[in-house]
Amino acid sequence: MEITLNTKNKIHPLKMYLYVGLGSIVMIFAGLTSAYIVKKSQANWLDFELPKVFFIATVVILLSSFTMQMAVKKAKEGLQNPYRSFLTITAILGVVFMILQYQGFMALQANNIALTGARSNSAASFLFVITLLHLLHVLGGVIAIFGVRFKSLSANNNPENTTPVELVSTYWHFVDILWIYLFVFLQWIG
Amino acid sequence: MSHEAALHNHEGHESHGHDDHGHHEHHDTFLTKYVFSQDHKMIAKQFLITGMVWAVLGGLMSVLFRLQLGYPDSSFPWLESLLGKWAKGGQITPAAYYALVTTHGTVLVFFVLTAGLSGTFANFLIPLQIGARDMASPFMNMLSYWFFFTASMVMLSSLFVETGPFSGGWTAYPPLSALHDASPGSKTGMDLWLISMALFVVSSLLGGLNYIATILNMRTKGMTMTRLPLTIWALFFTAVLGVLSFPVLLSGLILLIFDRNFGTSFYLSDIFVNGVGALSNEGGSAILYQHLFWFLGHPEVYIILLPALGMVSEIISVNSRKPIFGYMAMLGSLFSIAILAFLVWAHHMFVTGLNPFLGSVFVLLTLLIAIPSGIKVFNWLTTLWRGNIRFTPGMLFAIGFVSLFISGGLTGIWLGNAALDIYLHDSYFVVAHFHIVMGVASMFGMFAGVYHWYPKMYGRYLNNSLGYLHFWITFAGAYLIFWPMHYQGLAGMPRRYFDFSIWESFKQFADLNRFISTVAMIVFATQLLFLINFFYSIFKGRKVTVLNPWEANTLEWTTPIRPGHGNWPGEIPEVHRWPYDYGKDGHDFIPQNTPVGEDETGTH
Repeated sequence: MEITLNTKNKIHPLKMYLYVGLGSIVMIFAGLTSAYIVKKSQANWLDFELPKVFFIATVVILLSSFTMQMAVKKAKEGLQNPYRSFLTITAILGVVFMILQYQGFMALQANNIALTGARSNSAASFLFVITLLHLLHVLGGVIAIFGVRFKSLSANNNPENTTPVELVSTYWHFVDILWIYLFVFLQWIG
Repeated sequence: MSHEAALHNHEGHESHGHDDHGHHEHHDTFLTKYVFSQDHKMIAKQFLITGMVWAVLGGLMSVLFRLQLGYPDSSFPWLESLLGKWAKGGQITPAAYYALVTTHGTVLVFFVLTAGLSGTFANFLIPLQIGARDMASPFMNMLSYWFFFTASMVMLSSLFVETGPFSGGWTAYPPLSALHDASPGSKTGMDLWLISMALFVVSSLLGGLNYIATILNMRTKGMTMTRLPLTIWALFFTAVLGVLSFPVLLSGLILLIFDRNFGTSFYLSDIFVNGVGALSNEGGSAILYQHLFWFLGHPEVYIILLPALGMVSEIISVNSRKPIFGYMAMLGSLFSIAILAFLVWAHHMFVTGLNPFLGSVFVLLTLLIAIPSGIKVFNWLTTLWRGNIRFTPGMLFAIGFVSLFISGGLTGIWLGNAALDIYLHDSYFVVAHFHIVMGVASMFGMFAGVYHWYPKMYGRYLNNSLGYLHFWITFAGAYLIFWPMHYQGLAGMPRRYFDFSIWESFKQFADLNRFISTVAMIVFATQLLFLINFFYSIFKGRKVTVLNPWEANTLEWTTPIRPGHGNWPGEIPEVHRWPYDYGKDGHDFIPQNTPVGEDETGTH
């Protein structure tokens, strides 16, 4: 169809939309981690160790990227049932990740490190705000996965159109990579 | 295959060449055509009209506080009828004054000159000028407007809460913004301000992503990036700035929300509030907020200015009947302004105790902006030089823009120097500078755009005589209001003060302040004249009878006089040349969709 766009540009407009959008999400976290670095160099900074459960969460989200990629592969092969199963597994792993992050917050609280409130130190508050915002992005991804999963069951779904699942998988890999960055930052750099 | 998914199914059908849909929509109800419209042209008009409502409200606020500054000893009973307890005895209270100043700033910067300006013209011009049927995602585009609308409603509601709207300045520095007990405006008013701004950030991100994706991906055949009109380039850089800087403001605001509501200490430290006592917050840094805020705040200045730069370039070229002088230099200067926008934020913070060495780096980077700005001014003047100028109202506003850009830009060189800024900071000199170079200049860009593209928007012309009257009063008024403020600022008069008549050193300015206030009211009344012209002409204006009333080259003038959703009834025209072939080879103008002739001289 010649009307829509220049044939030289092969990227789907919505993919371009997503890529630029990911850039702006990067800026949210770039802003926060820069503020973290500035704040860390000032007085009254509390050093503490990350609870081990964050390591487990990291493994879980890495694994979910793998299952997401399998889902895309099955979708492209036209295998609808395995495709849906991999989507479900990915979403479940996403939920597990969120639960583990929550456990991490609880573990910090148990160590008497307040995340918010009068006794809180901004070191812990930063960790909380940054991971919480990431968590919300993961939640958005889980919702999107369920969205494409249930859409694939609807009557007017075209199995050959893999663009929606490709968009979701790009986003999912992005939140995965974002978490790796944040984890490395919080664990070793910050 | 994948391309089709981006557009609506019915748009796909349109492309098969039905002739009949240019003037009516097939299945549109009132609700889908005028309210929840996904047509970029309708969304543009929604942004424009909402922006106009805010411009009237924000302008009225400035008239009210100018009334206080010009007539500090008088009382106006009608003010009490209008504002109630905020103007007891007919005089604005200090709390109301700060609320008015704060809301005026927030509203004009974000709602009028960001949403109203780039929201309008990016939506309207991008698909029309690049040759696309709509945006990359018409749905997201609609959401962008409705987030803006919701943000507007929340901000509007904050004017009516008992403790008043936020009153700590449009920059919302902590602790005034972080502590409920800091001032009456810091209570519910600030909560609403935060919600409104968060919604606004979402709106401008949804919009900006769309503009970028559309420009990069949806150009018609032959429309290479260097054949884009400068308007599109300017709107592109505007969107890039927004997409990269608004998220940082959002992070700053999120930390502020936590400090405000969840007892964290990102920005707060060692504070004692009268009537409350010492706060437990320790180790926070209020300067940290300033860094995060101005990392958006400075690019925001260019978000406001760049669309005006682009539209002025286009309008000056069309109405001079000459190619724009130095297209690539214009593009390069837009690019360098966009880069520098991210590297100068600390020049707003010279007096925060910033390390003087670091300050000097920011001085250098700030002064570098003079180079691309100078290139642009030079190129506009050389485009005008020996042109066959048509003084349409749009053209007058474009030329007025150049004048204001020079006047305001020159004082930027003063303020960019840390040594001078330490003296001039927070004085009326700053007020004069940014109102001329960013506020009024961008307003002029917006007016130029409205006058120039009104025939495309509504299929009718604005009244020219009213347009000339509007221009001359506004232009003279802008200088009469803001030029004397430089003088006041140099004399040390600080901004944001409620009453200068009680300061011995500023009593000499009583008459000048009254003069400024009087002109401000006249200029405000003149804007109402423009609004009358605008709304009257939608229904009763002279009808446009030719496709291309300005004899311009860009693609929007190849659409029907009143284009339907999808813009072109048949196929989208193919582009063969750049948009500035004016006065070439003996032709007055050669539209972009005209194939290159055999004996034509060098083309772009």
